[in-house]
Amino acid sequence: MRRSIFLGAVVGAVALGACRRNQPVPPVGAVAPVVDTAAQRLAREAAARDSAARAQAARDAAARGAATPTVDGVAAAAAEARRILTAPVFFAFDASELSDEARQLLDGKLAVLQRHPTVTLRIAGHTDARGATEYNLALGLRRASATRKYLVDRGIAATRLAVVSFGAERPLASGESEDAWAQNRRGEFEITAGDASLGRTR
Amino acid sequence: MMVTNCATTRADIGMHVVRTVGRASLGALALCGALVAPLAAQQPGVRVGLTYDARAGKPGVLVLPVSGTAGDSIRAIVARDLDHGDRVTVLPPSATLGAPRAGAPLNYALAARLGAAGIVQATLRGTALEIVLHDVAQARVLERTTVTLPATPLAPAWRRAVHVASDQLEEWITGVRGIAASRIAYALAGRIWIIDSDGANATAVTGTGALSPSWHPLGEQIAYAELEATGSAIRVTDVRGGTRTIVEPRGLNISPAFTPDGTGIAYAHGEDVGTDLWLAPAGGGRGARIALGRGSDNTSPTFSPDGRRIAFTSGRAGYPDVYLADADGTNIDVLAPRGAGSGSYRASPDWSPDGRAVAFQSRIDGRFQVMTATLRDRDVQRITAEGANEDPSWAPDARHLVVSSTRSGARQLWVIDTQTGRARQLTRAAGGRLPAWSPRLGR
Repeated sequence: MRRSIFLGAVVGAVALGACRRNQPVPPVGAVAPVVDTAAQRLAREAAARDSAARAQAARDAAARGAATPTVDGVAAAAAEARRILTAPVFFAFDASELSDEARQLLDGKLAVLQRHPTVTLRIAGHTDARGATEYNLALGLRRASATRKYLVDRGIAATRLAVVSFGAERPLASGESEDAWAQNRRGEFEITAGDASLGRTR
Repeated sequence: MMVTNCATTRADIGMHVVRTVGRASLGALALCGALVAPLAAQQPGVRVGLTYDARAGKPGVLVLPVSGTAGDSIRAIVARDLDHGDRVTVLPPSATLGAPRAGAPLNYALAARLGAAGIVQATLRGTALEIVLHDVAQARVLERTTVTLPATPLAPAWRRAVHVASDQLEEWITGVRGIAASRIAYALAGRIWIIDSDGANATAVTGTGALSPSWHPLGEQIAYAELEATGSAIRVTDVRGGTRTIVEPRGLNISPAFTPDGTGIAYAHGEDVGTDLWLAPAGGGRGARIALGRGSDNTSPTFSPDGRRIAFTSGRAGYPDVYLADADGTNIDVLAPRGAGSGSYRASPDWSPDGRAVAFQSRIDGRFQVMTATLRDRDVQRITAEGANEDPSWAPDARHLVVSSTRSGARQLWVIDTQTGRARQLTRAAGGRLPAWSPRLGR
C-alpha cells in the first residue's frame, strides 16, 4: 500500500512538473490553453494505467480478503515492478541532463532494484531526428550513461546496468512535430536478468 | 611494334600521360596509339587541349550517334556523363550532323555553327569501342583511344567501362578527368548500398543495422558501423563480397573513416565518460585513442588527403561544432568562427579530395544546410537552401557534393555542383542518407 501511495505521488509530481515546465500558469479566471505536450500526455497515460492497476489490486484484495500474497497478488506486484523499471525517461533537445521528472522515475526504479538484487537492466539512449545522425548516437549514449550514473551513484552495482545507444535510429513516434520529437528523446529500460524475482517479496 | 615504342615513350612525357599508365580497362595498345601520335609533335608535359574561348563559358560538345548493338545507350551514357560533369555544354543531337559515313570527313563548319567546340565520335567494332575527340576550330582529330567493353551490353561492368571512356573524353576536353566512373555508398532501410554515379545499379552490400559507409582509398572496400542490440561494431566489406570485423560490438563504435593510405580506420568509440576518436589498424588489431575528448562527444572523423590532419564533430564547447586537429589529436581548433548564417549546430564534416575545403552541415532556421569552409581563409559558403540537406560527401573532382536532401518531399540523395549550384537527383527510393563518394574507379 505504501508503494502505491508513493507511486501516485510520483506520477502526480511528474504531471505537475510537466505542466510547470511546459506551460505558463494561466491568470485566474482565464481558460487554460489546450496544449497537449508529449510529457503531459505520457504522464496522464501513466497515471491512468496506475490508478486502474491500483483499483484492480484493491478489488482483488477485497474479494479475497487476503492478508498474504495470493498468486494474482504476486503477479500484480511483479507487473507493477516491471512497469516501474521499464518506464522511459525523457530529455530536452541536445541535452543529457536528468529533469526532476526523470529523477523521480529513476528513484522509483532505484527502490525496485534495491528490493530485487538479481535484476539487471540495459539502458538504451535515444534521440530525436533533428541532430546529425552520427552525433546523435553519441548523444544517445550520453543520455544512457547519465541515467546509469544516477543509479550507480545511489548504490546500484555498475555491473547490473548496461548501456547502449540507438541515436535517432529507432524512433518511438514518427513525424516532424515537437510532440514526436519529445517522445523520441528518451532512455528506455530493458530487464535483462532477474525478471522472475520481481513477484517475490523480501 | 607500337607497344615497344610505348614503353619507352610513356616514361618521359610527363604527368598527363603518367596518370593514365596502368589503367587496366584501357588497352595498353590503344593507349599508346592515342598518346604517342599527338605528343610526338609537342613538348613533354605540355597539354594541347580543345580549342575554345573559356571566357565565353563552357565548351559546346556534340556527341554523334553510335551505330551497332547498344550504340544508342553508349551515346546516351556518354552525353549524360559529360553533362553531369558540369564542365561542358552537351548540345542537343543534330539531325543534319548525323552518323558519319565511314571515311567521310566531318562537317566541322556546320558543327561550329551549332556551337560545338568539340565532337565526340564513338565507333563500335565488336567489343572494342573507339572514342575520338574532334577539335572543331582546328578541323582535325585531337585525341583517340580504344576501350574494350565487357561482352554483355548494359551490364554493370559494361556501363562502368563506358563511364571510363566518358571520363577520358572529359579530360581531353577540359583538362580535368571526369567522375562518371565512380560510385556512391549510402545507408538506406538499415543497409549499406552502392549506386553508380549516374544512378544506375543500386545494390545492397550489407545486412541490416548498417550505417556510415566510408570508402577505402582504392575503392574496393567499405568500412561501416553496425548497430546491434548490445553495442555497435566497425566492419569492412569487400565490394565483391566478404566482411570482416575491425572493432567488436562492445560499447559505441561508429562513424569509421579510412586513413588516406588505407592502413587505418579512425572511428568514434563511446564509453561512460563520453565518445572519443580512436584509430584501429585496417587489417585488425587493437585501436588506440587519438583525441582527448575529456568527457565530450566526438564523432565523424575525416582525413585531409595527406593524412596529417582530421576534421571531426565535437560537443566540447557545449554544442556540436566542426573542429580540426592534427591526426594525433593535438592542435585542436574550430573550423570556422560562428557568425551570421553559420548556424547553431554544425556537424558531419568531409574533407575535400584536393585538400582545400571541408564540407559540413549547419543548422539554420531549424533545418540543416550544407556549407563549405576553405582551409586557407576559413571562408564559409552556403551550398544548399531547398529542403533540409545533410551528410555531404565530396566527389573525387573536389567540385561536386552528394548530400541527403528532403527537397523533393522525401529524403533522397542529390548531387550538387558547388560552383554553379546545379542539383540532380541520384536516388529515387525514399530514405537514402549518409552517402560516401568513392574515389575514381576502373582506371
